[in-house]
Amino acid sequence: MQEQISALKEEITARIDAAGDVAALEDVRVAALGKKGSVSELMKGLGRMSPEERKEMGPALNGLKAEVAEAIAARKETLEEAALDARLKSEKLDITLPVLDHASGSVHPISQVMDEIAEIFASLGFDVAEGPDLESDFHNFTALNIPPEHPARQDHDTFYLKPDANGDRKVLRTHTSPVQIRTMLKEEPPIRIIAPGRTYRSDSDATHTPMFHQVEGLVIDRDTHLGHLKGTLEAFLKAFFEVDAVTLRLRPSYFPFTEPSMEVDVQCSFEGGTVKIGDGNDWLEILGSGMVHQNVLEACNLDPNVYQGFAFGCGIDRLAMLKYGMSDLRAFFDADLRWLKHYGFRALDLPTIAGGLSR
Amino acid sequence: MKFTLSWLKDYLTTDASLEDILAKLNAIGLEVEGVENPADALAPFKVAQIISAEPHPDADKLQVCKVSDGASEMQIVCGAPNARTGIKVVLGQPGDYVPGLDFTLGKAKIRGVESSGMMCSYRELELGDDHDGIIELPDDAQVGQSFVDYAKLDEPMIEIAITPNRQDCLGVYGIARDLAAAGMGTLKALSDVKVAGSYKSDVTVALNLPEDRRGDCPLFVGRKFTGVKNGPSPKWMQARLKAIGLRPISALVDITNYVSYDLGRPLHVYDAHKLDGSLQARIAKEGESFLALDGKTYTCNGGETVIADDRNVLGFGGIIGGEDSGCTPETTDVVLECALFDRVKTAMTGREHGINTDARYRFERGVDSQFVHQGMEIATQLILDLCGGEPSEAFEAGAVPDWNHTVPFRSERVKTLGGVDLRGETSVAILERLGFTVSGSDPYTVHVPSWRVDVEGEADIVEEVLRIHGYDNIPSVQLSATDHKAGTTLSARQKQARATKRRLAAVGMHEAVTWSFMKRENAVLFGGGDERLVVDNPISSELDCMRPSVLPNLIEAAGRNADRGAPSVALFEVGGIYRDDSDKGQLLVATGIRAGDAVERHWESTSRKVSVFDAKRDALAALEAALAPTANLQAFDEAPDYYHPGRSGTLRLGPKNILASFGELHPRVLKALDVDGPVVGFEVYLDAIPAPRKSGAAKGALNVSNLQSVERDFAFLLSRDAKAGDLIRAVRGADKAFISDVRIFDLYEGKGVPDDMRSVALTVTLEPKGETFADKDIEAIASKVIAAAEKAVGATLRG
Repeated sequence: MQEQISALKEEITARIDAAGDVAALEDVRVAALGKKGSVSELMKGLGRMSPEERKEMGPALNGLKAEVAEAIAARKETLEEAALDARLKSEKLDITLPVLDHASGSVHPISQVMDEIAEIFASLGFDVAEGPDLESDFHNFTALNIPPEHPARQDHDTFYLKPDANGDRKVLRTHTSPVQIRTMLKEEPPIRIIAPGRTYRSDSDATHTPMFHQVEGLVIDRDTHLGHLKGTLEAFLKAFFEVDAVTLRLRPSYFPFTEPSMEVDVQCSFEGGTVKIGDGNDWLEILGSGMVHQNVLEACNLDPNVYQGFAFGCGIDRLAMLKYGMSDLRAFFDADLRWLKHYGFRALDLPTIAGGLSR
Repeated sequence: MKFTLSWLKDYLTTDASLEDILAKLNAIGLEVEGVENPADALAPFKVAQIISAEPHPDADKLQVCKVSDGASEMQIVCGAPNARTGIKVVLGQPGDYVPGLDFTLGKAKIRGVESSGMMCSYRELELGDDHDGIIELPDDAQVGQSFVDYAKLDEPMIEIAITPNRQDCLGVYGIARDLAAAGMGTLKALSDVKVAGSYKSDVTVALNLPEDRRGDCPLFVGRKFTGVKNGPSPKWMQARLKAIGLRPISALVDITNYVSYDLGRPLHVYDAHKLDGSLQARIAKEGESFLALDGKTYTCNGGETVIADDRNVLGFGGIIGGEDSGCTPETTDVVLECALFDRVKTAMTGREHGINTDARYRFERGVDSQFVHQGMEIATQLILDLCGGEPSEAFEAGAVPDWNHTVPFRSERVKTLGGVDLRGETSVAILERLGFTVSGSDPYTVHVPSWRVDVEGEADIVEEVLRIHGYDNIPSVQLSATDHKAGTTLSARQKQARATKRRLAAVGMHEAVTWSFMKRENAVLFGGGDERLVVDNPISSELDCMRPSVLPNLIEAAGRNADRGAPSVALFEVGGIYRDDSDKGQLLVATGIRAGDAVERHWESTSRKVSVFDAKRDALAALEAALAPTANLQAFDEAPDYYHPGRSGTLRLGPKNILASFGELHPRVLKALDVDGPVVGFEVYLDAIPAPRKSGAAKGALNVSNLQSVERDFAFLLSRDAKAGDLIRAVRGADKAFISDVRIFDLYEGKGVPDDMRSVALTVTLEPKGETFADKDIEAIASKVIAAAEKAVGATLRG
């Protein structure tokens, strides 16, 4: 009997080793361990044996069964590995082929810069206010201390709509300053707002377009003074241009809606044809500002003996040009795909104080 | 405002360098726009002398000259008729740049004769128009001397920008006063000459103004001169006028221009022989006209303040005089006018008639009302000095307006408004240097000088103090921290707009910013062109109407890109459109277009053109970003008529509230815009989206079943007119408790399907609740689905 077991084991082992693929191996398994398999048949003989024989042969037969099963499993794994290797070998692709890109569009530099400005002023406690592009004469001029005969009206190159039945005509706002008026008429101080938006003047060359963008700033409370204006502008420009420090030059100037008024220059260099903000020997005029004029406060029903504050206005397109190096303003509005792709920003480039403003 | 350094020094005693003066001008608010010095261009030119002049052997009109500059001799061929032995000339040598010819000299052969250099004319050196011959210098010119030194051309011309409030600096004297106050030197006193007339003028003046218009011309002072000689003005005056860009005309005219720039005091002179009777200021009648000094004839609208004689209007007061009463070289008797005109009236009349003159510029900004008599006396003396003649006694009408303007001044305001901690005495000293007088103690009473019509209130006084003390001294102070809540900087709508932009960029579209106005014809194509939205004074007829839609701008941009070789574009803009001219008529719209290929030719896929469904997908992406309830929107196949009628629609919340429109653009519209199709587009009306309801940051608990969901497919036959959207809505509503999703995975029309029908294959996702589905549960839901599809759109299950 022992000899029989040994011979069978030898025979089955040989057949396992000879199985060339998983299907052949399965045939071997069925022939040995299946219901009518050679090992199973031997096992069936156990029942007819005496207890002594069974005691001896039982473990031997079970050992055979286990060894055969183990050998089949081992062989199966080897065969499967080989089959996988063969398949992988046949599945080679040219991975240098270019793929279809994920669609990627862009955000216009004006939107990006507006988002940057909002982010900076959010950290200083400002809200973003808005007003309509088609303004009344009152909001655009009169309430800003620019009466009809004022020479400043001529400096504005104003676009007008046709007069209505009453002879009143709307203007295409020449600055974002009317949003100051709308805000002061609507809200109680303390006020801290910025107001970015479209503005219009009849002018056209490389740095002037009939439509452009400004951002207005307004702070009204009881004790804000010119020093706060300077500090705020420094903080803004330093953050916007992402430099360690900025040096400002304040020059006395005139705007009908502020008194005292000042123009603000920022120190820069023009080396190599590019503007670098933050150091250098040149000055770049960057915005106009001042303390809100008493007449403006009064036009907004605020008592100038109680309230005061500052206002400033700055060209957004100009800020974008200075920061990102565009030279021609007209290209901002031409929707040339090449320009948009070059100067635009990715959808995910949302400026944050933590993550940085520019890409 | 332009002036030369030496002119400034007529009134300012100073050792300061040009650089220091320029820096100080900037610091006190007189912004330097430019500095030019003619000496810079002419530095190499020298005084030389012609030693001999012989005829050119081969040219009748040329001479061969030997010229000496003291150090060496050179041969120069010259064509000037006045070139002759002995005269002193201005010499340019090889290598020197001649500005009037825009040319650098070299050695040349002229008709075979060597010539090294050039003797220059005034025009060649841009010193005048004279080109009749070369410059002949007087004997006092030293051979070898620099021509710039000899001719005293080293004279910097400074141009400054004057803000509209600073009329006091529209005269050189005012600039000197400001600089002196700022520590740049000492101001010299003006002449207080008083000329005694020797006779009474036969010409006088009357102010024939109605009571309520007296202010138009409150004072008119005049004087007659007989026997004047109106030749050219002297060289020094001509040089100064030329340096600031004015053309010398004649002594009398030059004097009026000179005084205007010197003292900010406009004047006018009339030829007395051309006056019919006396002068008067009066209100113009409609239709009266005169030929003005600018050569144009102006016809009065009626109501202007004019100066007239007994018969005719002579000119607009304070703006422009008349040609027919003006001075000529033959003039011998003149009348000088020194008057005051109202600021507003001057501005209005000037604007009405489109006249810009130095006089208007000054009067509309407010000429010093207390400087009429002195101004007239100074002008009188100038006329006598330069033209001779016999002056009359002065005549006048009206009176010097009262000037007693005081402002209360609390010195602490320099600190509390200006941020600079200055002692009261320091502020007072600054004000006094500027010509203000200060009385009382803190709060002071500040008496404003008559030339500072711009100073109205305490804030102006603070500005004056700060301006002279130096804005550089303003400290940098941070605003106090506030309890500003995070996330409140932007309004809900601003957040929607921002998210929409980022979303559309993320789906591959490029953001454009285009004009808010467009050609009216284009506006009309897109439902606009309303008379109320037409720009009255457009910069061009291409930009004369506020836009009713951004689509035409983007479509035209697509056309421009196609012309540049990029026919496939995806552009969007989030910006205003204008329904009317009211505040509410401006709507914020996200607009986008796609043109050309939606998928370009590529080995991985097949290419296809853009379709209406690309636009619909974009619109839904924008709506979702703007937090619109996209699941509740219904698509309607009615859309604005600039879209293709069969390939467009609107997305609505309920039957009325249109949140978006989308579609293929109408071929006729594309043709009108001269752009090749197909172009698809969408407009999302951000204002129409209801404000999202938000009660907090928490999103609510997530309820998910552990039981596996089940999918069942259905193929329905339905009429081609039936809407897939209606089918989906009906199926989804068939059993709301269990049906979680319905998708169309196949559409088929053609063989095997009746002609007017199509097959729509759906997959319905069923979500079990509580326990898994038994077969009979699924059968029951399927029956409901079939019944609902039948009821809603007449669909039958395909066999």
